[in-house]
Amino acid sequence: MTSKTLRLRLLFALPIGGIGVVIFILALGLRGGDHNIHPSTLIAKPFPSFEAPKLLDNEISDHEELLGESRLINVWASWCVACRTEHRVIQDIAESNLISVVGINYKDQRVDALDWLTELGNPYDYTIVDFDGSLGVDLGVYGAPETFLVDSKGYIRYKHIGALTDKVWEGEILPLLENLD
Amino acid sequence: MIPELGHLLAIFGWTAALGVLVSGFWGGCRHSEAWVALSMRLARLQFVVLAGSFVLLIVAFLHDDFSVLYVANNSNQLLPWYYKISAVWGAHEGSFLLWTLVAATWTHLVANRAQHIPLDIHGYVLGSLGFINFLFLAFLVVASNPFERLVPNTPLNGVDLNPLLQDFALIIHPPMLYIGYVGFAVAFSFGVAGLLSGKLDSAWARWVRPWVNYAWAFLTVGIALGSWWAYYELGWGGWWFWDPVENASLLPWLAGAALIHSLAATEKRGAYKNWTVLLVILTFSLSLVGAFLVRSGILTSVHAFAVDAQRGLVLLGILTVVSGAGLVLFALRASTLKSRLEYWGISRELLLLINNLLLTITVATVLLGTLYPIGYEWFTDGEKISIGSQYFNAFFIPIMLVLSFFLALAPLSQWKTTPLKKFRWCLVFLGAAAIVALILPWVLANTLYVGATIGIALGLFVLITHANSFIKQRKSLNLGFVGMCIAHVGFAIALIGVAVTSVYSYSVDGRLAIGDSLEVNGRNYELQSVQTIESRNYLAERAEFNVGNRTTLYPERRFYPIRAMQTTEAAIRPELFRDLYVTLGEPTDNGTWGVRVQEKPLIRWVWFGALIMAIAAVLACSDKRYRRLSKRDLSQYSRT
Repeated sequence: MTSKTLRLRLLFALPIGGIGVVIFILALGLRGGDHNIHPSTLIAKPFPSFEAPKLLDNEISDHEELLGESRLINVWASWCVACRTEHRVIQDIAESNLISVVGINYKDQRVDALDWLTELGNPYDYTIVDFDGSLGVDLGVYGAPETFLVDSKGYIRYKHIGALTDKVWEGEILPLLENLD
Repeated sequence: MIPELGHLLAIFGWTAALGVLVSGFWGGCRHSEAWVALSMRLARLQFVVLAGSFVLLIVAFLHDDFSVLYVANNSNQLLPWYYKISAVWGAHEGSFLLWTLVAATWTHLVANRAQHIPLDIHGYVLGSLGFINFLFLAFLVVASNPFERLVPNTPLNGVDLNPLLQDFALIIHPPMLYIGYVGFAVAFSFGVAGLLSGKLDSAWARWVRPWVNYAWAFLTVGIALGSWWAYYELGWGGWWFWDPVENASLLPWLAGAALIHSLAATEKRGAYKNWTVLLVILTFSLSLVGAFLVRSGILTSVHAFAVDAQRGLVLLGILTVVSGAGLVLFALRASTLKSRLEYWGISRELLLLINNLLLTITVATVLLGTLYPIGYEWFTDGEKISIGSQYFNAFFIPIMLVLSFFLALAPLSQWKTTPLKKFRWCLVFLGAAAIVALILPWVLANTLYVGATIGIALGLFVLITHANSFIKQRKSLNLGFVGMCIAHVGFAIALIGVAVTSVYSYSVDGRLAIGDSLEVNGRNYELQSVQTIESRNYLAERAEFNVGNRTTLYPERRFYPIRAMQTTEAAIRPELFRDLYVTLGEPTDNGTWGVRVQEKPLIRWVWFGALIMAIAAVLACSDKRYRRLSKRDLSQYSRT
């Protein structure tokens, strides 16, 4: 092969390099795209203060009640389909007795929420009612379900957007929890 | 049972795609009529079973089968039946099933409508299309199954389709886009076949051109529909946001436009062969980049589907394999191709070259602006940067203006070489256009803007030169020339629309109580009443505005309780020369309402121009020379 045809060949191979760069950048986007820490501003901040009734007995609860032990706080609603898929995972976590699970019933009707717990079972130590979504706003909630890990001093340690899975629980939350203890 | 049957049919389709792949390539390789015929039959089978699978998903939606996860997540008993059908492609899984069905439809069409091309090319094209849909279907069946069940814990009702998607334009916008995106797979496959067989000549260009034109026409309509939807549904009156997902569709569109033009030079003059075949590969690669951007979840956008990163990885794999294979083949084969380009004087070849240079630069800058934030976020460890319309406009607008200038010369130019005296009237035309562009806005709006004036002047310049050539050649018109003229006229109309609506729009915000009024551009908008109305799946507050005793507008604020979502429904009075646009905002405690009134001159021209371009693209490839010449090609390359 003469040097001229070689040069020509190399020239024609240039587009491979071009698309390679594009694919590389897209792959970086995938690696960097951990959207669960998206509003990273919340991590290591104290849980926002609030005062809201509990779902079952209408007793007023506030952020100080969360203190004293680590809590897994799960935002759910009866209108949320992903919450149904997630429910089994939440139940397993509650049954493992590794952490106290607290619910936030988000923009829901009380009757629907109670029916939902009767139908599927109640894994929550208690559920805070966020009828108008104002607590959700303070927490930067996109939509249900979302889950927060809060340590015993009331600081947010982790936020997961979307349905919780066994993989996320075992792979990400559990290691964090062990560190907290 | 029905969902399982649907999934099974999708798996059959996957198997059929593998069959199309193997028999197509084998038949092409061995010049075997029997194998290519088998490939054609399998292509039909693939189409039939995927259509069946798609129909079964529609059935699941119409039956409110909420045991299917995808149905539960995107539908509701109260949703009207037509939105239940369009909800099928309202999110990732179902829309990807539609995507594979579109790919199968194109494959089926190529199998049946391209029998005049040589056997080996036909086989390779089918094989390549089978390969592409095999990858898509693998992704569908394994990682995006729309028939996945939600048992136990089956919900009694679904969470409804996103209210923003409950809309007419959004029923047809995604299918149009997919037909365009996937249509470029046909061009890509022709490129692969041409490189494999070594038959990359004028005849090859003639075989590809109709497919490229059809795909590009659908993509044009799809993009215009998306822009129209954003305009009336998002409620801000904007029609293009340089959103990364919009860019994802613009990139293959620009590359496709370049391809249409370079194919003309390849067909007529045997010029730019290498470049044309490279463009064929790049255009489809950009379609895949678009699919990745929308479906990988790396972007947050109004239009993006929220999906997990693993799916993104698979899509990136498909992009790597398909465009990698195409480009490696190009590197190995294309350097041996001889292009013929004898004339570097002023000629149509030169104008087409300028067109391709400008469009390629545009593709590169839009791609850079779209990818830059992604790379930036990674290199700076999560810092976000947003590249806004300033960057895009700073590049896009000047390039488009330069492009329009050369575009105006297109109908006057000739192949090989064009005597300068052919252009002698151009200065007069340009001068006349400039004078009109200076006077008209001054008289109508009392203000002049430099950018808009240049835009209007160049738009008029394009209109005049094309009308002039059209009239001169009226005795010897062919559909190819007519299509070109009409497409360029469409471009000019869109250009004038963009130039005028961008700077001559009015927007006034106010707080109105019942009986108050706002004056905008000499027109009086009086708030008559606000009523609460109840519909099947939403509640609405509907205001009544009297506009200058001439017309009444009813903007709404809707609340969809199932998703707890608020939407604004702007009230628009569309007219040829202006839109009146009223949005109802938040109420306040003292009984007033936030209101935004806008006047958008020539906004319709933007979409109207796009529609004309799409129609012209279809018209141009209906030229009978594609049929007549293909018979000549057949005698040149005998089929057996």
